[in-house]
Amino acid sequence: MAVCIAVIAKENYPLYIRSTPTENELKFHYMVHTSLDVVDEKISAMGKALVDQRELYLGLLYPTEDYKLCRYGYVTNSKVKFVMVVDSSNTALRDNEIRSMFRKLHNSYTDVMCNPFYNPGDRIQSRAFDNMVTSMMIQVC
Amino acid sequence: MDASEEPLPPVIYTMENKPIVTCAGDQNLFTSVYPTLSQQLPREPMEWRRSYGRAPKMIHLESNFVQFKEELLPKEGNKALLTFPFLHIYWTECCDTEVYKATVKDDLTKWQNVLKAHSSVDWLIVIVENDAKKKNKTNILPRTSIVDKIRNDFCNKQSDRCVVLSDPLKDSSRTQESWNAFLTKLRTLLLMSFTKNLGKFEDDMRTLREKRTEPGWSFCEYFMVQEELAFVFEMLQQFEDALVQYDELDALFSQYVVNFGAGDGANWLTFFCQPVKSWNGLILRKPIDMEKRESIQRREATLLDLRSYLFSRQCTLLLFLQRPWEVAQRALELLHNCVQELKLLEVSVPPGALDCWVFLSCLEVLQRIEGCCDRAQIDSNIAHTVGLWSYATEKLKSLGYLCGLVSEKGPNSEDLNRTVDLLAGLGAERPETANTAQSPYKKLKEALSSVEAFEKHYLDLSHATIEMYTSIGRIRSAKFVGKDLAEFYMRKKAPQKAEIYLQGALKNYLAEGWALPITHTRKQLAECQKHLGQIENYLQTSSLLASDHHLTEEERKHFCQEILDFASQPSDSPGHKIVLPMHSFAQLRDLHFDPSNAVVHVGGVLCVEITMYSQMPVPVHVEQIVVNVHFSIEKNSYRKTAEWLTKHKTSNGIINFPPETAPFPVSQNSLPALELYEMFERSPSDNSLNTTGIICRNVHMLLRRQESSSSLEMPSGVALEEGAHVLRCSHVTLEPGANQITFRTQVSIDCPWSIYSTVIALTFSVPFRTTHSLLSSGTRKYVQVCVQNLSELDFQLSDSYLVDTGDSTDLQLVPLNTQSQQPIYSKQSVFFVWELKWTEEPPPSLHCRFSVGFSPASEEQLSISLKPYTYEFKVENFFTLYNVKAEIFPPSGMEYCRTGSLCSLEVLITRLSDLLEVDKDEALTESDEHFSTKLMYEVVDNSSNWAVCGKSCGVISMPVAARATHRVHMEVMPLFAGYLPLPDVRLFKYLPHHSAHSSQLDADSWIENDSLSVDKHGDDQPDSSSLKSRGSVHSACSSEHKGLPMPRLQALPAGQVFNSSSGTQVLVIPSQDDHVLEVSVT
Repeated sequence: MAVCIAVIAKENYPLYIRSTPTENELKFHYMVHTSLDVVDEKISAMGKALVDQRELYLGLLYPTEDYKLCRYGYVTNSKVKFVMVVDSSNTALRDNEIRSMFRKLHNSYTDVMCNPFYNPGDRIQSRAFDNMVTSMMIQVC
Repeated sequence: MDASEEPLPPVIYTMENKPIVTCAGDQNLFTSVYPTLSQQLPREPMEWRRSYGRAPKMIHLESNFVQFKEELLPKEGNKALLTFPFLHIYWTECCDTEVYKATVKDDLTKWQNVLKAHSSVDWLIVIVENDAKKKNKTNILPRTSIVDKIRNDFCNKQSDRCVVLSDPLKDSSRTQESWNAFLTKLRTLLLMSFTKNLGKFEDDMRTLREKRTEPGWSFCEYFMVQEELAFVFEMLQQFEDALVQYDELDALFSQYVVNFGAGDGANWLTFFCQPVKSWNGLILRKPIDMEKRESIQRREATLLDLRSYLFSRQCTLLLFLQRPWEVAQRALELLHNCVQELKLLEVSVPPGALDCWVFLSCLEVLQRIEGCCDRAQIDSNIAHTVGLWSYATEKLKSLGYLCGLVSEKGPNSEDLNRTVDLLAGLGAERPETANTAQSPYKKLKEALSSVEAFEKHYLDLSHATIEMYTSIGRIRSAKFVGKDLAEFYMRKKAPQKAEIYLQGALKNYLAEGWALPITHTRKQLAECQKHLGQIENYLQTSSLLASDHHLTEEERKHFCQEILDFASQPSDSPGHKIVLPMHSFAQLRDLHFDPSNAVVHVGGVLCVEITMYSQMPVPVHVEQIVVNVHFSIEKNSYRKTAEWLTKHKTSNGIINFPPETAPFPVSQNSLPALELYEMFERSPSDNSLNTTGIICRNVHMLLRRQESSSSLEMPSGVALEEGAHVLRCSHVTLEPGANQITFRTQVSIDCPWSIYSTVIALTFSVPFRTTHSLLSSGTRKYVQVCVQNLSELDFQLSDSYLVDTGDSTDLQLVPLNTQSQQPIYSKQSVFFVWELKWTEEPPPSLHCRFSVGFSPASEEQLSISLKPYTYEFKVENFFTLYNVKAEIFPPSGMEYCRTGSLCSLEVLITRLSDLLEVDKDEALTESDEHFSTKLMYEVVDNSSNWAVCGKSCGVISMPVAARATHRVHMEVMPLFAGYLPLPDVRLFKYLPHHSAHSSQLDADSWIENDSLSVDKHGDDQPDSSSLKSRGSVHSACSSEHKGLPMPRLQALPAGQVFNSSSGTQVLVIPSQDDHVLEVSVT
C-alpha cells in the first residue's frame, strides 16, 4: 500500500504530491525531496543503459525505519520522476507489484499530459489522476 | 602434530576446521608419511561436481587426520556435520604373509565391521611398500600377492579401495608417481564422500523444513541444522554457498514475521517476542559469537539476538568474499528491518533502547569496515557508508533529546533515571573492544554522560555526515541533516549557529520549489532571526509567512501582527526605514483605465483604478499607497501604446495581471508562444496556388536548447528613478483579498509648438546638438559655436548670444555674425563666431553661455513664445603661448626643392608671453631668476610627402620670456613633385617624472643645447641667457638617479600653440629623370 505518491518535474519541483491524510504531510515532503538525491545518483549511474533498456523502474531508493521508498524514473524524454513511499510492513508487496503500480501511475500521467488544457510543467490537478492515486493508496495487496 | 592425538572437541571456528579423515592401522607408519601428505593434499585443486544442478567448482582440499575411534562415527540421527568423518583410511606396510594372516587381517576385519555397523562406506586401505624393509626379510612374497589378498578379502568388487604407496619417503620419480596417484585417489574419494554426505544432509534438512507447519517445529533447531551446512561450506572455503544458507535462514525468518503480522502466527515465534532487555548492538569482531549462538541453541534468543547473530555471520562471510560495501548496505537494511519487526511483533522495548542498539550497531559496522579497508577505498565508497553515518547521527540526536541533553538546563532527575536505565541495558563492554579507545560502546557511554560530551559527539557525527553527503553530491540529504543541526542549536540557544543551516536548506527548497519545506524552514528561520535580533530579516520572513497559505490562519495572523506591532512602534532612529518587498503583502490584480483607451486630452482626467489582492490574513490599515509610473520612452511609443491597448484591452479598459504562482517560477514561462502563420505560395507566372501550409515563425526560439540547470530564482524588478511619476492614495485599509483603489489624476501637458492638445504618449526629443571650438590667429582668439538640427523640422534661429558667465570684466565677446535671423533646416548645421578680446592678462578659463531663440519655420504663428535654446561650455588655456613657424629651403645653390634631394627644414618656436599662471607646472624650472620650461617638438608628415632624415624630434629648454626663440634645423627630403604642404610640427610639454628633473635626459643626452639661442632684443648680451640656459640644464643634469620612470609628454592645449605656417606649401620640382625605362615586348 502506498502512503505517499509524488510526481516530480524535471527541474525537481513537485508536480503532484499526496500522502495519506493520517500522517504528517510535511514529513513526506522532506522524505521525497531527500530521496531525489538517490534518484539523481541512480539516473546518472545508469545513464545511457537506462535509456537503452527502456528500464524506467529504479527500484528501492531509500529505505527508512518507517517506510520503504520506491521510485519510477522517466528518463527517456521528459525526465519526470515518480516517487512512491510504500508501507514496508506490508512486505507482501513484491517488486513486480510495485512496477505495475508505477506503470499505472505512468499511464495516468500520460493521460494528464494529453489533455490539451494542461500546461506541461503546471501542477497536476486532474481529477482522474487524483482518483487513480487514491485507488493506489487504499488498495491493499 | 595433532594427527595421532585425541580427536579435538568441536571447535566452531570454521576457518580452522578441516574435514575429518580417520586413520586406523599402523599409527607409526601414518605418522611418518603425515608431513608429506598434509602438505601435498591441498596443492592441486580438484573439480567438485555438485548435485541439484549447481555449477561445478574447483576446490583445494585439506583434511584433519585423526586416529580412528568408534566414538567418532556418528550415531543414527546425529546431524553434526562438522565432526563428521568423511573418510576412513587403514594404513599398513605389511609385506609378510604370515604377519598379515596373524594380525593385520584380523585388525582390518574388525575395522571393517565397525564401519559397516555405522553404514559408513567411505574407506580406503593404503599399503605402503618399503624397499629397505623388503631386503632385510627373506620370506618375502611379491608385493602384489599381499595387495591381491587384501583386495580379495575386503574389496569386494571395489578394488580401487586399496592403493599402494611406494617408498613414500624417498626422493625418486617412482615415489613421486606413486604419491600423485595416491593423492588423486584420496581427493576423488573425499569429494565423493562430500557429495554423498552433504547431499544426504541437505535432503534431511529439506525434509525438516517441510515440516515447519507442524506444531512443535522449532526454528532454532532448524537454524542449527542449516547453519551446520553453512559451517561445512565455510570449512571448504565455499563462502558463497555458506552465505546462501544464512540468507535462506534470514528470508525464512522474515517470512514468519510477516505472516505473524498478517495474523498467521507460528507459536515458536512468540519466543522471540520477549521484551528487549539488552541492546548492546551488533558484534562483528569475532567470526562467531558463541554466546549468542548458544542462546539460539537453548531457544532463549530474542529477536535482536537472532538478527544480530545472523548478521554477524553474514558479515564475516561477506568480508571473506571481499564485499565490505555489501555489508554496509545490508547493515542498514537489517537495522531498519529490526526496528520494523519489533514494531510489527509488538515487542515491548524501553524508550531509547532501540536507538542505543541502532547507534552501536551502525558504529560497529562502520568500524568493522574501516578495519578491513584502506582510506582511499573508504573515501571512494562513501555512498555505501553514509547511510549508516546518517542513521547513527539521527539516533544519537533522539537519544540526546530523550535524555534531556539538548535542553538549555540540562537533564532533570527523570532524564537521569532514563539514562541510567539505558546504560544498564548495554551491559559491560565486551572484552574484544575493551582496549579500543573509540569503541562504539565507549562513545555512546561518553555521549550520554554529560551535556558537553553529547554536544561534542553529536556535532562530530553531524559534521562528518554533512561533509560526506556533500562530497558525493547528495546536497538535499546534507541540507536535511543540517536542519536537524539547526534545530539542535536553537534548542541550545545558539541561533547564530543555526542560521546558516536554515538559510542553506531554505535556499535549496526555494531553488527547487518545495512549498511545504519552504514554509516549515521559514518558520524556523523566523524564530532564529527573532532571537538574533535581525529585525529587518525577521520582518521580511514574517511577511512571507503571513501570506503563506500553507500555514494555519492562526499562525499567519501571528506573523502579520508581528509586522504591525513593529510598524506601530516609535522608531528609535528616525532616519531608519525598513523596506519589505511588496509581493508578499499584496499583488496587483488589474489596472482599470477610465477612459478605457487611457488616452486623454490636455486637461482631461485619467482615472486609474487598481485591484490589489491583499495577502494578509487581517485588514491592514495603510497610510499611503503609491503607484510609480514608469514611462518607457521609445520612438513611436504612442503608436505602440495604442496598439498594446487595442491588443490587450477588454472593452472596459481593464488590464489583468495574472496572479503569481509563487513559488512556481518555471522556465517554460519564458518560452514564447507559438507563432503560426498560413503560408501560400503562388506560381510567379499565372499566380495560381502552388503550395499552402502553416509555418511556425519562431521555431528557433521554441526549439532553442533550454539551460539545463534552469534556476528558479525570481527576476529582479525594474529600477525606478527617484522622483519618477507617482500616484498616491492615502489612508486605505486593505482587507484580506481583493481591494480596489482609485487614483484620479489630471493630465496636462504643455506643447510648445502645437496648438493641438497632445495625448499622454509623448516623445521628447532634443531638437539641437551644439558643439563649440576655439580658433586662433596668432594671439587673436575666436569662439565658434555649431548648432546642428537633429529634428525632422526646420527652425528659424534668432537672437544668438554668447555671454561670459565668469567675472572677468575686461573680456569682450565681439559677435562676427551678420544675420540676426537664420533658418536652420532639418539635419543641417549653422555656425556662429565671436572674437575674444581682452586688455589685461587673460583668465585661464572662460565660462560661456550660448543662447539662441528658435521657432518652427512653418508659417503658423505660435501662441506662446518659446524659451531660447541654451548651451553652456567652458574654454580653457586659450591664450597663445608659442608660435611655431616652419620653413623649407632648397639645398644651397638651387632655386627649388627637388624630389630626392635633401632640403633643410627650419622650425622657429617663439614664446609670445612672459610667465603666466598656466605655465606654473612641473616642467617649469627656475635658475637665476630666469624661468625655463621643457618642450618637445616632433616633425611628422602623415601624408608621406616628406621623408624626415635624421632625428625628427627633440627636447628643448625654452626660456619663459616673451620673444624667446628656439630654432631647429632638420633635413627633409621631398618624395613627390608639386606644391607640397609642409610637414606638421607638434609641440608637447615635457614633464619630468616628479621631482627627478632631467635625470633621464642626462642618460639619454636628449637635450640639444647647441642650437639654442635666445633672441632677446634690447638685451645687451644676447649670448648670456643662452649660456645660462645651457648652464641651467647642465646643473640639472648632474642627477645621479638612473633607471627612473620615463618622463611624460603632455600635448599643449590647442589654444596655446599657433602654427603660423600651417597651410603654406612649397614647390618641389621633379628631379632630372635619367632612369632607364625598361619596356619589354612579347
